[in-house]
Amino acid sequence: MLKEGEIRIPSGCAISGIIDIKGDRFSGQEIVKSIALMHERSNGLGGGFAAYGIYPQYKDLYALHIFYDNLEIKMKTEGFLSEHFDIESAGNIPTTPVPGVINKPLIWRYFVHPRTYMVKEDFIDEAEFTSRCVIRINKDYNGAYVFSSGKNMGTFKGVGYPEDIGKFFMLETYDAYMWTAHGRFPTNTPGWWGGAHPFTMLNWSVVHNGEISSYDANRRFVEMFGYNCTLQTDTEVITYLFDLLVRKHEMPIEKAIKVVVAPFWDDIDRESKEMQRELKAMRAVYSSALINGPFSIILGYEKGMIALNDRIKLRPLVVARKDSRMYVASEESAIRIICSSPDKVWSPKGGEPIIALLEEGTQK
Amino acid sequence: MNLNFNFPDFEVIRDEKKCNKCKLCVLECSNKVHSYDDKKNVLNVDNLKCVNCHRCVVICPLKALIIKKYPLEFKKSANWTPLAIKEIYKQSQTGGVLLSSMTNSNNFPIYWDKMLLNASQVTNPSIDPLREPMETKVMIGRKPKKLEFNSKGKLVTEIPPQVELNIPIMFSAMSYGAISKNTHEALARASSELGICYNTGEGGLNRDLYKYGKNTIVQVASGRFGVHKGYLNAGVAIEIKIGQGAKPGIGGHLPGKKVGEDVSSTRMIPVGSDAISPAPHHDIYSIEDLRQLIFSLKEVTDYKKPVFVKIAAVHNVPAIASGIVRAGADAIVVDGFRGGTGAAPTRVRDNVGIPIEFALATIDQRLREEGLRNQASLLVSGTIRNSADIVKAIALGADAVCIGSAALVALGCHMCQSCTTGKCNWGIATQEPELVKRLNPDIMYKRLVNLILAWNYEIQEMLGGMGINAIDSLRGNRLMLRGIDLNEKELEILGINYVGQ
Repeated sequence: MLKEGEIRIPSGCAISGIIDIKGDRFSGQEIVKSIALMHERSNGLGGGFAAYGIYPQYKDLYALHIFYDNLEIKMKTEGFLSEHFDIESAGNIPTTPVPGVINKPLIWRYFVHPRTYMVKEDFIDEAEFTSRCVIRINKDYNGAYVFSSGKNMGTFKGVGYPEDIGKFFMLETYDAYMWTAHGRFPTNTPGWWGGAHPFTMLNWSVVHNGEISSYDANRRFVEMFGYNCTLQTDTEVITYLFDLLVRKHEMPIEKAIKVVVAPFWDDIDRESKEMQRELKAMRAVYSSALINGPFSIILGYEKGMIALNDRIKLRPLVVARKDSRMYVASEESAIRIICSSPDKVWSPKGGEPIIALLEEGTQK
Repeated sequence: MNLNFNFPDFEVIRDEKKCNKCKLCVLECSNKVHSYDDKKNVLNVDNLKCVNCHRCVVICPLKALIIKKYPLEFKKSANWTPLAIKEIYKQSQTGGVLLSSMTNSNNFPIYWDKMLLNASQVTNPSIDPLREPMETKVMIGRKPKKLEFNSKGKLVTEIPPQVELNIPIMFSAMSYGAISKNTHEALARASSELGICYNTGEGGLNRDLYKYGKNTIVQVASGRFGVHKGYLNAGVAIEIKIGQGAKPGIGGHLPGKKVGEDVSSTRMIPVGSDAISPAPHHDIYSIEDLRQLIFSLKEVTDYKKPVFVKIAAVHNVPAIASGIVRAGADAIVVDGFRGGTGAAPTRVRDNVGIPIEFALATIDQRLREEGLRNQASLLVSGTIRNSADIVKAIALGADAVCIGSAALVALGCHMCQSCTTGKCNWGIATQEPELVKRLNPDIMYKRLVNLILAWNYEIQEMLGGMGINAIDSLRGNRLMLRGIDLNEKELEILGINYVGQ
């Protein structure tokens, strides 16, 4: 059977996310409890978490989380790593045995800094250098897969139910100001750990429920800008879209959102002349970046999270607020299980983004 | 002895029981197939003159006429077909180049029919266009590499002019001279009602049609007929015609008899003179010359009109297209070898060029590999027969399509492929006033509107079935296509998987 990346596999899902906008950190217990409630939305073939603010002691270094199929590819990949990065610290990611989580790969973590002279030689910045290295490993080092590459954040994922994956990685031992989670219901899968979600690139992480019908249009668009979609998954291409728009094209995040869930032409016609000009230009230039088909996603980055539905809300997404905490999930129950009396609960409209960012000055 | 080996192609059969001798057929046939012998009170036919345009059949109030293939058999040979033999008779009689009209008639594969579309089942929902918005608007023109915003989040990039099409369909370039003024007017009015564009072709723009400027693309071809500053500024875009799918590498020739007063003043040539379009533009002998013409046209229109470049689909078309984008064109129009024409040398029409499906797939891929695809729009034509062809073209990578033949069929063309005679009984490819007035633009433009709206409904249904609610998400989305009855090389070039994959 072909593994993810060799074939495109549709999947349904559960998603959940929590942020403390004051930047206070809390353990992974709550997010595990929330995603566990939506057990029925997963089928045991993939679960994962992204956590922001977990590595304050290494906050200026890129934290690379890597799956290896065997020791041989690990040695080969480490050769590449030490050639391109100063490795501050390396070790395996602590895990504990959990029934139902089997066939685990070698799971390693490296805190690294790009080799300055190499970055300068290529006339690029550290982020671009690191992302190119990640893309290269994932494309050319068969059996090695970088599944997390941000600063002061990390992804933990695998094949199994998400609550089991949470236990496996002992997420109760990590403190983060923001957590997102994903439970997966693929229609078929070879059970490859790299294929679980969240998908990440640098500080971006995406958890996603849906099957985007614009996939190949989006893929062929981002590939024009040097990305390589090795996984053939929606989350991968969504992550690259945001990376392209916000990091490479330096577009404000709220504009990037208006690109991927563009307002309808009829709505644009009702805007002021000035706004029409802007929105028309965005739709014209970035028409291939429009994400189509059913989806609800939670996009995480260092500043916070953005929850987003497709333009006509074909997948569920509920939001709640309690004090400095914002919650988003596929189902309201998944919020109420960890926050029984929120100040406000609502269901955002299709295409209406929920932007929950850290307050000014609290950025970690 | 003046022996002519000619024999009829068609036989006109009159059902004498039904015919009441109203003689409408005699009046209507510009080819003079029908005649009335008043002494004998009989209607006669001259089969040799019949081009099978169906005018008499359609117009006959009693439906007393049938046209059949002339039942003359040659001894069977797969090699020497009746057509092959007849062409030799013609050429040995006249010493001339064989001329044909409309589309390539040889039996080449039609690749649209070898591609199948996808639809949603269970894992994602299809979208019902009757209940949900379903967007088919496209913006044609050059796009900057990226947009820039200032610190207040306001857009600072000024994007180049775009042509907005409500539906991703335009009417192909067909010149005034080749087709009648009434046909042009029907195309212009339909475009205006639909929010799309028609294309003047190379024969200038009749003064009465300037009012449809917002829906007009003006063409500049090698003959430069009717080109002046007012003309260039009359439409929403300018198209430089380098080539045409039906006759790549060949110029054009409008016979002097079609150049009456009105065509003469529109084309700015003397009445009755032949209008010859040279094979190349005599100021474009290389790609850098094209760049100069593109920018000359931009200068004269104050950079307010996108400039398109139209080429025929030929063997190395991806490299040519890349050069055209780099030369500054805002859109490329590629015309496949099945595209129509008013007149072309038969051998060229039937043997030169490549199918549009391959040209499109390779150009789109090449421009993406070079990082240029997002900068210029890609329009394709020749032959688009229905809405499914359009959906497949856009999924392969086109921004929009142009239709010529299909639009003429909507206006009554019966594909007799005899445009060269200038005696079009349907009032389309003719300048004879009596024939031209048979096409009433007040009525006929609605047929074009109907056709395009019907196709748009079908496009929306197919989009919704795929779980897509904006045509933007179909463009280049080749996962929506699967090939059938294609070999590995064909699949590779089209960039699609086989059915079942």
